[in-house]
Amino acid sequence: MHAHAINAFLRRLPPWPVYILGVLAIAAKIWLAASGHMGPDPVRTLEQELGRLGLQELLAVMAITPLRRLSGISLLRFRRALALVAVFTIAAHLAVWLLLDVQGISAFWREIIKRPYITVGMAAFILMIPLAATSTNAAIRRMGARGWRRLHMLSYPVILLAGVHFIMLRKGWQAEPLFYMAAIMMLLALRLPWSVRPPLRPRRG
Amino acid sequence: MRWRFHTDLTPDDITPREVFVNRRRFIAAGGALLTFAGMPRKPFAASRSDVLKDTPTRYEDATSYTNFIEFGNGKSVASRRAGALTIKPWHVRIDGLVDNPGEFSLAELVREMPQEERLYRFRCVEGWAMVVPWRGFMLADLLKKAGVKPEAKYAAFETLLRPSEMPGQKSPLYKWPYREGLRLDEAMHPLTLMATGMYGRPLPKQNGAPIRLVVPWKYGFKSIKSVVRITLTDKQPPTTWNMLAPDEYGFYANVNPHVDHPRWSQATERLLGSGLFAGNTPTRMFNGYEKEVARLYEGMDLRKYF
Repeated sequence: MHAHAINAFLRRLPPWPVYILGVLAIAAKIWLAASGHMGPDPVRTLEQELGRLGLQELLAVMAITPLRRLSGISLLRFRRALALVAVFTIAAHLAVWLLLDVQGISAFWREIIKRPYITVGMAAFILMIPLAATSTNAAIRRMGARGWRRLHMLSYPVILLAGVHFIMLRKGWQAEPLFYMAAIMMLLALRLPWSVRPPLRPRRG
Repeated sequence: MRWRFHTDLTPDDITPREVFVNRRRFIAAGGALLTFAGMPRKPFAASRSDVLKDTPTRYEDATSYTNFIEFGNGKSVASRRAGALTIKPWHVRIDGLVDNPGEFSLAELVREMPQEERLYRFRCVEGWAMVVPWRGFMLADLLKKAGVKPEAKYAAFETLLRPSEMPGQKSPLYKWPYREGLRLDEAMHPLTLMATGMYGRPLPKQNGAPIRLVVPWKYGFKSIKSVVRITLTDKQPPTTWNMLAPDEYGFYANVNPHVDHPRWSQATERLLGSGLFAGNTPTRMFNGYEKEVARLYEGMDLRKYF
C-alpha cells in the first residue's frame, strides 16, 4: 500500500517545523506590508491576506480526518501544530484590524456590535480560544478523550462562521468566498455518518 | 500650497497661461523629486498623515490602485488590463435638454475649454483616500457651451461600452454601461471638473482616460471614468452602484463621516501610500469641501439622502 509507505515516511518527520513555517508565513506578510511591498493600502491588504491564510489553514486542519478516511494517509501528527498556526494567523488578522485599522477599544466594541460580519468573525475567534487552550497533552488527559473530542467539535462551527464571515464582508455573492464555503461544506459533509467510510486500516489478506 | 484650490474661483479666474505652463513644468520636473521619489517611510509617525494630507499621493500609487470595474474586480486589475483600450479617436456626446446637442471630439474640448490644474482630495467609499493633481476643465463651462435648457434638473453620464476592450463588461453582475449622475447645481459647481490629465501627464487609462468626471466632495464612484455621453434630464437618472445596492450607495454619495456604510464606518480614512503604521485620519464632512458645497444641501436630511 502506498499509504503505508507515505505514513512510514511521515512518522519520521517531526511536527515542530509546522510551527516555524506558520510563524514565518505571518512574519513574512507583516514584513512585506511594512516595507511597502503590499501596495499603497497595506493595512487593508495585510488584513485580508492574513484572514485568507488563516481560513486556508483551518481548511487544511479540517481536511486531515477525511484524507485519512479516504486514502489512509495520516497527517494526524501535524494536526495540533497546524491548528495552532491557524489560531496564530487569525489572531494576527484580528490584531492588524484592531491595532492598525480601527485603532481603539471603543471603536472596536462599536464595530463588533454594529457590523454583523465582524460579530460573526469575532464569534469564530472566541470559539477557537478554548480549543487552543486545551491543545496540550495534559489537557487531553485531564478532560478524558471523549470530553476533549466533544469540546473540539467546536471546530465545526468555527470554520462555518469563518466561511460566513468571508461571504458577508464581500459585496453581494462573490465567487471566491462561495468557493471557500463549498470546500467547508464538503469537508463537513464527509464527516456525516452516511458519508462514504472506507475501512480505517487496510485489511490484511 | 501654490496648487491649493481657492473657493472663490469663477470662470473669470482662469490661470494665466504662463503660470499654467510653469505649474506643469513644476510638476513634471521639480515635483518629480517631491512627489514621485516617495516620502521617507517613518513608521509610527502619527503626524505624517496631516503633513501628507494635501501632498499629492505618489503617482505610482494613484495609478496602480484603482477601481475600474470595466476591467474587472480588484485594485490592480485595471492597471494591468487597461492598456488595450483605444482612446483615439474619442468623442463625447452631449444630448437631452440642451440647446446645442452634438458630438464633440476630445481634441476639440481640450482646445476650446479653459484648462486648469486642480489639487483635490479623493475619497473612495471603501475607506481609502488620496490627493491628486488633476488637469481639466470645469463641467460648467462645457454645459454652458451646450446651452442647458431651463427645464433640465440633472446631468447623466455614461462610460464607454466596449466589452472587446473592457473584459469586465462581460460580467452580468452590473448593468452596462456604467452610469452616474449629478443634480444640475452640483454639475455646475466650480469644483466639478472634467479631467483629461493628472500629475502633468495625460490621464492614464486605468484612471479613466481620456476624460473623466471629478467631484471631490463625493465618494469616488461618482467620478465616472472614460465618459462618452452626458445627457441633461429633468428626472434623477439611474446610477450604477445605486441600482445594484440602493441601501449601500445613495444617489448623492456625499463624503460624510457621520453616515456609515452598512459594512464599515466612514468616520476615518486610510491615506494611500502612508504606510502600515500611519494610522487612519478622520474623514471630513464633504471631504473637506464643506465651505464650498454645504449650501447645495441646506435643509436636506443627509442621512436620508446619503
